[in-house]
This record gives sequence, C-alpha cells and structure tokens, in this order.
Amino acid sequence: MKVDRPPYFALMVTIFVAFVIFLYTPIFTIMLLSFQGPGGGLTFPMRGVSLHWFQDLFGPQSIGDMWGAFRRSFALGLIVMVCTVVISLTAGLAYRRGFIGSTMLLYVSIASLIMPSVVVSLGIGAGLELAGIPRHWYSSGVGAHLTWTLPFGLLIMFAVFNRFDPAYEQAARDQGASGWQTIRYVIIPIILPSLIGVALFSFTLSYDEVARSSQAIGAVNTLPLELLAMQTNATTPVIYALGTLTTGLSFLVIGITLVVFVWLRRRQQRHGSDAGNA
Amino acid sequence: MAVASRKNPGAIAYLQALPMAAVFGIFFILPICLVVVVSFFDYQTYDVLIPDFVYFNYQDVFTSDVTYRTYLATLKYCIITWAITLVVGFTIAHFLAFYLRTVPVQLVCFLICTIPFWTSNIIRMISWIPFLGRNGLVNDVLLGLGLVNEPQEWLLFSEFAVILGYVHLYTLFMIVPIFNSMVRIDKALIEAAKDQGASSLQILRNVVIPLSKPGIAIGSIFVVAIVMGDFLTVTVLGGGQIPSVGKTIQTELSYLQFPPAAANAVVLLGITILMIFALIRIVDIRKEL
Repeated sequence: MKVDRPPYFALMVTIFVAFVIFLYTPIFTIMLLSFQGPGGGLTFPMRGVSLHWFQDLFGPQSIGDMWGAFRRSFALGLIVMVCTVVISLTAGLAYRRGFIGSTMLLYVSIASLIMPSVVVSLGIGAGLELAGIPRHWYSSGVGAHLTWTLPFGLLIMFAVFNRFDPAYEQAARDQGASGWQTIRYVIIPIILPSLIGVALFSFTLSYDEVARSSQAIGAVNTLPLELLAMQTNATTPVIYALGTLTTGLSFLVIGITLVVFVWLRRRQQRHGSDAGNA
Repeated sequence: MAVASRKNPGAIAYLQALPMAAVFGIFFILPICLVVVVSFFDYQTYDVLIPDFVYFNYQDVFTSDVTYRTYLATLKYCIITWAITLVVGFTIAHFLAFYLRTVPVQLVCFLICTIPFWTSNIIRMISWIPFLGRNGLVNDVLLGLGLVNEPQEWLLFSEFAVILGYVHLYTLFMIVPIFNSMVRIDKALIEAAKDQGASSLQILRNVVIPLSKPGIAIGSIFVVAIVMGDFLTVTVLGGGQIPSVGKTIQTELSYLQFPPAAANAVVLLGITILMIFALIRIVDIRKEL
C-alpha cells in the first residue's frame, strides 16, 4: 500500500523533533541538575542525588525573601488574572455592539502589546515619581501587568466572538431574557473554555513578568525579579532548585487548565447536542 | 442622533469598553506621553525630575559614540534574530499546518511548541548555563571529540549566547501567527497547483508564502519589537559585555536618571515604529483572528 506523504516528510519530521529538543532540553537539564548532591556545581557531572538545594532554598540562610516573593507573585498573578478576564470579556461584548472609537482602542491595545516593555516601565515609574505616588505591587504593579495581559485577552475575545453565532443571543432575547441574563446564562457558558484560556494566559504572563513591572513594583520584589537578582551571583544549584519549582508550578497550572478546558468542551458537546438522543 | 438612555444599547457598549480604555489610558497612554515630556526635563542627583524644556538629554544621546555603537549592535541582533526566527518559525509552522493529518495530532504538536511560552523566561535563559559554560555540556562534547584543545569561552556571556537565547525564547512569536495564516489556506488551491504540474517548491513560493504574508508580518513585528527593547536576555546571557539600547535605559533608570533614559526611550521608540510601520500597513490584524 502506498502512503501519500507530503514531500520531504522524513526531513520535516526530523526538523520538528530537533526543534522540540532544542526547546525543552535546557529546562529539563536544570531540573535534573537541581537534584545535585551537596557537593555538586552548576554543570555536569552529577555528584550524587539529593534534595539538598531545595532545603537550602527554604533554609534560614537562603538568599533574599523567597517565600515572600513567591506569595506576592502568586497573589499578583491571581489579581491580574481576574481583572484580565473581566475587563477583556466586557470589552469583547462592547465590540459586539460596536462603539465609536473601537478601532482606536484596538490600535492602542496592539501598541501596548508591542511597545518595548522598558519604555512602558520607564513611563509608569516617571509618572509615579512626578505625582509622588508610592509604588506597590498591588496597585501600580497590577496596572503595569494589565498593559501586557489585556491585549492578549482582547485578541482572544476577538477570535472567540468572530466564531460566535449571534443566533444564540437572538434566541435568548426572543425568549424574554434580559441583557444580563443573556450574558450570564447564554454567552458565558458557551465561551467558558476560552475564558479559562484567558485566565491561564494572564496568570502565567503576570507570574513571569519582569520588564514592565521593574519600575512599578516598589521596594519588595516579585519572584522573577528575585530570580534576576539571584542570577547575577549564582554559584550553586540553588537557583536551579528555584527554577524547577517555579517551572513545575507553571506546568501544573497549564495541566489543570488543559484538563478543565477539555472537560468543559466534552460536557458542552454532550449537553449541547442531545437533540434526537432519546 | 439617539439620546443616550437605557433604551439605547449603544450606551452599554461604552460602559463595557470603559474599564479597558481606563487601564490603557492610565497605565499606557499617559506613561508614554510622560516619557516624551520627561525627555525634555532637567535632573540632579537629589532632584531626579526638574520640569524644564532642555535639549541636552537628546544632545547627549546623539553626540555620543557609545550611542551609535549600542544602536548598531541592537539593530544587528534584531536582524540576525529576525532572519533565524523567520526561517525556523516558517518551517515549523509549515510542518504543523501541512504535514499532520488529524486535528488532535496537530493540536498536540502545536501545544508542545507553545507550552514553554507559559514558563518563566528568566529560567529558560538560565537553563543555557549548564550547556554553554566553560565546563558545560557543549565544551565537554567538543573536547571529548577532540574538535578543540581548550574550553571555548565564546559560548556563554557572548553575542552568540544572546542570539541563541532570542531564538529559543521568541521563535514561538513567528510560529503562531504564520501557522494561523497557513491553516486558512484553502487546500483546494494547493491541489489545483499540483494538478497543474507545480513542483512542491513552486507551490511553496507561489501559493503558500504569498498567502502566509500576514502571519509573517505579525510575527516579524513581535520579534522586532521584543528584541529592540530587550534588556533581560542581554543581562542574563550577555554577561554585562553586550551593548543594547534596552540595557542602557535600564541602567540609567537604576541610577534614577529619568530624563536621559526617556530621551533614549523616545529614540528607540522612533526607530522601532519606523521598522514596524511598513509591516503594519500590509496587514489588517483584526481580520487575521
């Protein structure tokens, strides 16, 4: 039997596999090296296997305030996530109705997306300095992160609503649903998987953000800023241990999101198409 | 014109768009305007922002040799990174779009490419250290094979490391938009070209590449903008030796020299806007989603 493969199939598969190896090998290498024995260094060979560097990370003599930084980053990520989902959703709904200045708002959000982060950071820092407003991760920090997460949220909303059949809304209205009821009981349930996608996006983007927040966060560091400070004088695998933990958390969040996403889709398909299924 | 009232659905739209407009207004538009204003300010050691209208921040930028070297270096990294990410990103997107038969397989491969994007960039930069360092894996292999006599120093904290870092981190920004353009290409077009006797190279050049242009443009905008403003990768993988505009601005900021940093930022912004202006005109981004 002749299988009709596209030309150079083997070559293209090889290139793809090589790219995936290039993408993942470094991160898995430092995960491995974070389990170095107490005598191990930043590179191979592994000198024994231990949890030494993880203990070191949480030990009293650990560099900086690691737990505080982690808690701040996590809380900041959650705040940014909730804000991004709500604001992107309402903006997405506004675009469905149409309003004067909608094209302008789109261009502004795209400009925000591609603006070099260091310029945004500088502007926010200068503004706070001029106005004499103190910087906090939970105020100016959230704002700085939103300039990075909202454009992604809005673009995802466009992608979602471009494929959203207005017949659902019309049907709800014909049945006498109010505007809010239509949103609450029709639109949100249908686009829920995508909203979860926006949530994942905004949490992870915020959790790893450095460039925009560097001037807006105030005196105390977030986890990535702590990492950056640590990196300049890292001589032991303790930095790999931190990398393993934070990457593990990212993978966990992605995994949970994917599972919830798939589960919701399946449920929608089951419940959505029961017409004719006795 | 209709009066804005509860009966007018238009009013609700403005209310719904307001939060986003407010966030961008306060944390994006206003700061960017401030950057321009502050670039004309005066400054002293203990008074970091003195409202004034002076030009010397720009004079300092334009009369310094260091500036030109820094901008040229940044431009060089930008062009090299753009070329590599474009070729690699296009190839991977082409594979994802045309070489995988079923949607689940396509989805899984696409996810494999995108998952690293959701992990920490700094960790991903740091993770090159065990490979490229003096005692790293690459040197081990090179020495083991007898290809070199002593450990190579140019692998880490070098231009090479910085560009490798860019390619590692940002090829995704090419893959996603190009893939997005490619999956919209009507398969019948390719079949038609094949039936007319076009070779696979001809199909690539005359069908796939022209129809992928919007994706290529969007990906290019992302890569150019990110690399032009980057200071993280040069800090972590450049080891303090590599000049970059973003790094210059960040250093000035760390000494609270807002006005000179702002002047540099305005120049950087001008150049970046010029670079992406052409790209933005080719494509209506909203239609591509």
